[in-house]
Amino acid sequence: MLAVDKDTFEKEVLEAEGAVLVDYWSEGCEPCKALMPDIEALEEAYGDTVKFVKLDTTKARRLAIKQKVLGLPTIALYKNGEKIEEVTKEDASKANVEAMIKKHV
Amino acid sequence: MEKIYDVVIIGAGPAGLSAGLYAARGKMSTLILEKDKTGGQISTTNEVANYPGSIENATGPSLVARMVEQCKEFGAEMKKDTIKEVQVEGKIKVLVGEKETYKAKTIIMAGGASPRLMDVPGEKKLTGKGVSYCATCDADFFTDFEVFVIGGGDSAVEEAIHLTKFARKVTVVHRRDELRAAKSIQEKAFKNEKIEFIWDTVVEEVKGDGLVESVVFKNVKSGELHEYHADEEDGTFGIFVFVGYLPQTELFKEILDMDKAGYLITDDNMNTNVAGVFAAGDCRVKSLRQVVTAVADGAIAAIQAEKYIANVFEE
Repeated sequence: MLAVDKDTFEKEVLEAEGAVLVDYWSEGCEPCKALMPDIEALEEAYGDTVKFVKLDTTKARRLAIKQKVLGLPTIALYKNGEKIEEVTKEDASKANVEAMIKKHV
Repeated sequence: MEKIYDVVIIGAGPAGLSAGLYAARGKMSTLILEKDKTGGQISTTNEVANYPGSIENATGPSLVARMVEQCKEFGAEMKKDTIKEVQVEGKIKVLVGEKETYKAKTIIMAGGASPRLMDVPGEKKLTGKGVSYCATCDADFFTDFEVFVIGGGDSAVEEAIHLTKFARKVTVVHRRDELRAAKSIQEKAFKNEKIEFIWDTVVEEVKGDGLVESVVFKNVKSGELHEYHADEEDGTFGIFVFVGYLPQTELFKEILDMDKAGYLITDDNMNTNVAGVFAAGDCRVKSLRQVVTAVADGAIAAIQAEKYIANVFEE
């Protein structure tokens, strides 16, 4: 998964064409770290049609808030730079993320 | 031939990991299953000050990491799977997971408990948008913002103290007129200049479009409502909810005896009403739910499982 930060988020996500999945996470967030292997597995399966990136929110707090992300883990799907759907907290499971991808891509 | 484990443990929190350590060390084939994050609730706790011996680097995740290491050293297997169904009637128990089906001579249920919701309008919609149940996950977002902590128990007050490292102001909102938290924690909170208290008050509603923008409080004595709005410059604020727990025992409904709240009923040896099925940790009826009591339960359950196997499976 491509790691983005507050400087590259604009280019890699908001200005990107097509579908981009953003994994909002942080080092202090245990549920995020438990979920990440599942997201990496989904990248294996859907990486051809969806770009997978991860954003460590500890170094991009304002950016995350601007994206209306105030809780972790949050997995958001963007299409042509627009956030179209997201799952967060308990709902951020492999099955739900996969369903979200299938629905939109 | 399909593998039949001596012990399958549901849940990799302190109770499950302790059971795993004791079982594996007793040379039993041991599998620990976890559906979510390893460590359970304690892995979202920053400071574990009351677990004997855990003075240095005593965060939840560091303690859990050491427990996992010990478990693996003795040969316990760990897998990520969610159990959907259990069959406990036969001598060999069957656990049907999302990924695989497992067979075992004994089951130790250590599924723990999860945070209880406030159950008010707006709460679900704004979870992850200002409403949080995990301070270690989300505290950082509220650096220099205002934060409300709902609840008056140990978790609520400890997390309120932790949140003062980030937020400019932390207000504890409690439905009674005194805290339930341990006295030593209370003292620390009362001394902290960043913490304020609102007594006899509950949350009625959380409002906001995309992010938390306001919260409606209700005074339980006077019935009076009061709406708090986010500071204009901030645009939002945090609501951290610590109002108790719900046992994760749905899987064993109508199979194991439980109390009204859903906690599993066991004897002193962690036996449930089904032979070969044990319960340990926060998911069972007990007077104190802490790491120290969870690991004790786990150890007892594992030793009893070993005894049960010796009696039932070996002549």
